[in-house]
Amino acid sequence: MQTNQPLNASNVPVLEARGIAKAFGPVEVLTDISLTIMPGEVHAIIGENGAGKSTLMKLLSGHLKPTRGTVAIDNEPVSFAGPVDAEHRGLVLVHQEILLAPDLTVAQNIFMGRELKRGLMVNDREMNRQSVEAVRSLGADIDPTTQIARLSIARRQLVQIARALQVPHRVVIFDEPTASLTPIETDALLKVIRDLRDKGVAILYISHRLPEVAAIADRITVLRDGKLIATRNASELQPVDMARLMVGRDMSKLYPEREDTAAHQTVLDVKNFDVPGYARDASFSLRKGEILGFAGLIGAGRTELLEGVVGLRTGHGQIAFHGKPVKFNTVRDSMAAGIVYLSEDRKGKGLLLAQDLRTNLTLATLDKFTKGPLIERKREDNSLDKAITDFDIRARRRDLLAGQLSGGNQQKLLLAKMMLLEPSIVIIDEPTRGIDIGTKEQIYKFIADLAKAGKSVIVISSEMQELIGICHRILVMRSSRIVGEVTGDAMTEEEIVVHATGVKINEAELYSAGNA
Amino acid sequence: MSDTTTNTDTRGFVRKLADLDKTAVAPFLALAALFVLGAFINPNFLSIDNLLNVLTRSSFIAIIAVGATFVISAGGLDLSVGSMAALVAGVMLLFLNSAAIDGDMAMLCVGVVVAIGVGALAGLLNGTIITIGKIEPFIVTLGTMAIFRSVTVWLADGGSIAMKSTSMRALFRPVYTGTFVGLPIPVWIIAVVGILAAFILYKTSFGRHVIAVGSNEDVAKYSGIHVNRVRAMTYVLQGICVAIAVIVYIPRLGAATTTTGMLWELQAITAVVIGGTALRGGVGRIWGTICGAFMLEIVGNIMVLSNIVSEYLIGAVQGTIIIIAMLVQRTLQKKK
Repeated sequence: MQTNQPLNASNVPVLEARGIAKAFGPVEVLTDISLTIMPGEVHAIIGENGAGKSTLMKLLSGHLKPTRGTVAIDNEPVSFAGPVDAEHRGLVLVHQEILLAPDLTVAQNIFMGRELKRGLMVNDREMNRQSVEAVRSLGADIDPTTQIARLSIARRQLVQIARALQVPHRVVIFDEPTASLTPIETDALLKVIRDLRDKGVAILYISHRLPEVAAIADRITVLRDGKLIATRNASELQPVDMARLMVGRDMSKLYPEREDTAAHQTVLDVKNFDVPGYARDASFSLRKGEILGFAGLIGAGRTELLEGVVGLRTGHGQIAFHGKPVKFNTVRDSMAAGIVYLSEDRKGKGLLLAQDLRTNLTLATLDKFTKGPLIERKREDNSLDKAITDFDIRARRRDLLAGQLSGGNQQKLLLAKMMLLEPSIVIIDEPTRGIDIGTKEQIYKFIADLAKAGKSVIVISSEMQELIGICHRILVMRSSRIVGEVTGDAMTEEEIVVHATGVKINEAELYSAGNA
Repeated sequence: MSDTTTNTDTRGFVRKLADLDKTAVAPFLALAALFVLGAFINPNFLSIDNLLNVLTRSSFIAIIAVGATFVISAGGLDLSVGSMAALVAGVMLLFLNSAAIDGDMAMLCVGVVVAIGVGALAGLLNGTIITIGKIEPFIVTLGTMAIFRSVTVWLADGGSIAMKSTSMRALFRPVYTGTFVGLPIPVWIIAVVGILAAFILYKTSFGRHVIAVGSNEDVAKYSGIHVNRVRAMTYVLQGICVAIAVIVYIPRLGAATTTTGMLWELQAITAVVIGGTALRGGVGRIWGTICGAFMLEIVGNIMVLSNIVSEYLIGAVQGTIIIIAMLVQRTLQKKK
């Protein structure tokens, strides 16, 4: 199915933005962006959340029309009638979110809307065969008759990419494709992208993860506040320079200082904890003021283990809280004890996207805002004022819906919401997923401040750098078990990967071959 | 995207006007349009007497629909309300006929308590099966719809249950026909039920939890809300509302028949949807619902007054209205 144009020798950009701008109402979110995408190059677009990356992608892929300026393909100005029109011209967008039907099979999803037929009937055998090929060309092996719901997020992402690439493509736009991938899966994806590039496909790559951008990009364009700050060759730009261009200030001190907590008393002691189907025989302890990391591949059972501990899932085992045995049957019990869990799924489990900030902020603590049966809106409003200041939640207006906030501000709102419970232990799952670097720094500082104030924090993250940067100690999970603990100087990506994958370093390096 | 801007008051006001939730205003605009239409068709339509009469007749559906607003806001659905009304009416009448207590007034008072108890229990049954059994509310209430109806027919021996005591009838009748400070008592009951319901839904933490559960059950769960308890409670409230509606309904006819409450679920759900409550949950509009019930009755009234369309087609018209209301809601939401 892939129709790859021969390498374009004439140096004509396959896709070009000529001074495009986009305004929503009176607000111009993108101003005079000019850039070119050449065949056979990976052009990365980086910028903080709200810098205009998504808008730019939508303009280039026909989802939006520019207010000013033009988009050109092969030097010909074009005006897309819509995303389907753009696809017909060979522009494919791989969405950040997984847009697949969970109950259908891999093959059914890959061919959804363009099923192969034999007479009146769908030709399942042929679609299955081609799906195997499509997935294999991405370096993976997935049974085409598997239901999407049974696949890990990473594999779903691969299926989604395979589906996108079924369309004849000349330009493929990846919108934060690695946001939910682990390093090894990321490496596999980067290899796929390099293969595409080597076939002459032009790649537009959007990501927050700067080391990854450095590893994959040929050219890098930095956006800030809707303006194009710079377009440079990747070889001229170190990640730290990228970060500086993105935020307009020095980012060398991303991670805050850590205090020594080795002598502090244990506040939480979990022994032989099982969460059926997800975690087996897990034992760990947490000290006062400690930041404990949980590393591991997606699907290793980290989220489920901690959801089990706080009573969000059925789990069995011993939990001692400040030395006393406790049992959390529901999440209310653990909340009452002062343990809160912030879900990795901010949009699905953390916030009510269709409700306003105030409703979201006080949802878990409404009892504190009632007098008799009545909710005291005034006090809710005061609390929101305080949260907006304390957590630096940037909302254009106070009556915005939570769904209208950027990812970073949603995370801050979720933090504010859970901190109203005045917890002594905070469990944060993927604290910075899909969040720009400026906000990341704020969240790291917030976590460090919590620990300094004597609270204990558990951080689950797939970003190893982040765990290494902020944690005192990191536990690594693999296939439902805690398989290793790294502290101090041993906290390196290599060490974590060894535990997480169970392969020796040499083999791990094989997987990540090509990673700069 | 995340900048803070300050506005002058006037700009804020204009923006507020523009932002005004259209789905919230639409039912009242539609009501106004119906007034205009009615006035054109028959000058008597706009008379206070006629409007109060229509409002009185809309009371059963309005009260039931207020309960349905809770259920639907929490992401549920109750198809059993019509049958439940028949069951509550049947049980209440059997109790009133039993003459278990001396004195008509005492009998009536206890009868009211019995009715509310039966309604609440029937609602609790729905809510419990739905939450504990984790079954779609559509299926559960479809089942209980058949059960409640069938039990009523059995209680009535296939016929009807009428109030025997004429003195008690005379005592009970003013609940439907009487007036208080110039307004029919059913109108007062709508107002009280509406105010109470609006208070519960908008001002209490239970109401906030209802909206949260309807908006996203997972978020509610992760926020430590008793999701099952909240959902079950909405069905109990629905049952209580059905019972209140029955208490207003019985004095009107003095009997329960096998067809009592037929298609009330259609009318109640229609009223809720016309009123701007989202069928997927997360938005609840008590006053919109009452406005919707009023509109349904007005449409019937206009049909009677006008003779353009046969009143036998009232069900068809109401069915059409719910579909149009959904279309309008969808369009307004898209524009948002």
